[in-house]
Amino acid sequence: MSFSSATNLAQPLQLNTTASTPRSNDKPSLLLPTKGSSFLGSTRKLRPASLSHSNAHRRSAVVAVSEAVKEKKVQASSNLLITKEEGLELYEDMVLGRSFEDMCAQMYYRGKMFGFVHLYNGQEAVSTGFIKLTKKEDSVVSTYRDHVHSLSKGVPAREVMSELFGKATGCCRGQGGSMHMFSKEYNVLGGFAFIGEGIPVATGAAFSSKYRREVMKQADCDHVTLAFFGDGTANNGQFFECLNMAALWKLPIIFVVENNLWAIGMSHLRATSDPEIWKKGPAFGMPGVHVDGMDVLKVREVAKEAIGRARRGEGPTLVECETYRFRGHSLADPDELRDPAEKAHYAARDPIAALKKYILENNLATEQDLKAIHKKIDEVVEDAVEFADESPLPPRSQLLENVFADPKGFGIGPDGSYRCEDPKFTQGTAHV
Amino acid sequence: MGLSRFGGLVKGLGVARRRPFATSTSSSSSTAAGGGTIVRGTGSKSLNLYSAINQALHIALETDPRSYVFGEDVSFGGVFRCTTGLADRFGNQRVFNTPLCEQGIVGFGIGLAAMGNRAVAEIQFADYIFPAFDQIVNEAAKFRYRSGNQFNCGGLTIRAPYGAVGHGGHYHSQSPEAFFCHAPGLKVVIPRSPLQAKGLLLSCIRDPNPVVFFEPKWLYRLSVEEVPEHDYMLPLSEAEVIREGTDITLVGWGAQLSIMEQACKEAEKDGISCELIDLRTLLPWDKDTVEASVRKTGRLLISHEAPVTAGFGAEISASIVERCFLRLEAPVARVCGLDTPFPLIFEPFYMPTKNKILDAIKSTVNF
Repeated sequence: MSFSSATNLAQPLQLNTTASTPRSNDKPSLLLPTKGSSFLGSTRKLRPASLSHSNAHRRSAVVAVSEAVKEKKVQASSNLLITKEEGLELYEDMVLGRSFEDMCAQMYYRGKMFGFVHLYNGQEAVSTGFIKLTKKEDSVVSTYRDHVHSLSKGVPAREVMSELFGKATGCCRGQGGSMHMFSKEYNVLGGFAFIGEGIPVATGAAFSSKYRREVMKQADCDHVTLAFFGDGTANNGQFFECLNMAALWKLPIIFVVENNLWAIGMSHLRATSDPEIWKKGPAFGMPGVHVDGMDVLKVREVAKEAIGRARRGEGPTLVECETYRFRGHSLADPDELRDPAEKAHYAARDPIAALKKYILENNLATEQDLKAIHKKIDEVVEDAVEFADESPLPPRSQLLENVFADPKGFGIGPDGSYRCEDPKFTQGTAHV
Repeated sequence: MGLSRFGGLVKGLGVARRRPFATSTSSSSSTAAGGGTIVRGTGSKSLNLYSAINQALHIALETDPRSYVFGEDVSFGGVFRCTTGLADRFGNQRVFNTPLCEQGIVGFGIGLAAMGNRAVAEIQFADYIFPAFDQIVNEAAKFRYRSGNQFNCGGLTIRAPYGAVGHGGHYHSQSPEAFFCHAPGLKVVIPRSPLQAKGLLLSCIRDPNPVVFFEPKWLYRLSVEEVPEHDYMLPLSEAEVIREGTDITLVGWGAQLSIMEQACKEAEKDGISCELIDLRTLLPWDKDTVEASVRKTGRLLISHEAPVTAGFGAEISASIVERCFLRLEAPVARVCGLDTPFPLIFEPFYMPTKNKILDAIKSTVNF
């Protein structure tokens, strides 16, 4: 095996302008509680004060990054970040994500969908920004907030909606549900209900891609893996273990932290000793980047660089995207804990509105084009719902399938038919 | 009572099921020996399961200044509201949120307990307890043993909502009690109703051994009972006979008991008299009560939501067969979940339903 261990620290990315922000100097005062002992960090009263502080500082950091990007733009005035086609593609993907999630909410309240459903509204820029730069063979590993990741990766909206309805035509044949979207064709390695569980899986997938390239000499195998997870996960042991492995073996993986500040009801600032997650990258020997996750163009720029690095075999990157979820943690969450001012602040930075503004201001497309996209997406989502509605529920026999590799070892009875089609299925002790 | 208020919600389960629990508990627990300290005549309130647990935690923190409650989201009350009001009343040095690291939460709790504190760690769903499994089984269970009784983590209680909830899917519905029953040094306790939960939880917190306390999440709002407002404890390692009978003994715990109760009622219409036992503590479990009952009836049926193979029913079955082999009239029946991961859309087929139990009762009695 010709893997090189990371004997040299990877160079920071060009866009890592956060190194220039003064935030770290201000941080200690940010986190000390205003009253009570500092035994375990901030008290609840700290929240409004710290929030505006943190927002201010976050804003200043974001301005720092965006200035660098803006500079680039101004320098070559005719050199916009995206072409018309790209712009419309990004717009369409984000609108698909948003419309789909809104439709999910409607369907849930109508009882067509059940279980725990977690919506992605507000975070579309991260999914679109990263995944639209990937190839079909690249792998994506997500969390329970995985509908939009799957859609961006290319899984048809019909299949995702069917899966949510629990129908047999869903991408996992109805067995996974909202939190477990898998797709072999589009290399979506799941939907994980358990936070942090997907990161080691992504690390393994990245290893196999590197192995194929370097050991099995498939020179064209430059597939990268994207692992998406949240701010809460950045305090979990599995995350750190994988940062170490990925940097040690220089794996083609990008760790994308969707920092939306809240883990159900736990504020990131109150749960983390150093809330600046991107800093954890250099500690393990990989570059760490912080980017404004509400701006799809900035995310895309960072993603280009990070994916490029991974494809060239230069190793992993940790990208922290500052983003926000407009809805509660799940559809069962009343969302009472978040400060309305905070919500309003981020609602004003809606990624779809921002991209629309950019497209129109730079004359990349007309209002008509964008309206046409909205109409198209509405049709796609409606069609997905109809398809899901009309699809059949999985047969009962599916309950016992796929527990092991060999269905005979489990799901098929002595007479050759599935055990649960046996009329005596509910009798006795329901042994299988 | 609170029954009519919840009548609409519990159509499938039958509202009447709660009354037997309430009356039988209050009559039997007053006779509960050596530890049952329910004083009659003091005030009581109609509470649901999460409120009863909340009361128990309030009392626990009140009575011991070195007790702590921590876990994910406990500060605002928790995702099931079990910890409401605690942070406001006792301060955030004693009731605090932890980051999302179950292994860290439990290990941290073991450390607190080892230094003589009472640590009540909350794991948000029992399905998430597995990263902490190592700490629980390798550290908590063995601490006293391997330090030669110099240290112990008896002050540790781990609370986790477990069990099916109708729409939980793979990772919000599991019943992992069997895994923990296999670790000597731990205690595993599962309540069936609010009154039981409050008393058992207080016993667990004050028990000088590490305890894993599983709360049936289905019953958090559904199960309502008159719960005494004062401090009381129910004894651990004592099973309770909640329905007397002569033909067959049924053993279960947690939310499954209400399903079994319905099956018992239907079986009664066919003239089968069923005895229903709530195990309450799974480890160490009350073998004597179950044995006495099987000696009376000669038949045993065990039911739990966890998969049948190597579920806790297997342990009960093996022990009873050892003790009562010649008395048994039929093989011990186990009506449990299927040997598959907990399914999402197939949950109704997976679960040990009333019909499956009824079928098993009949075939055991007619063996």
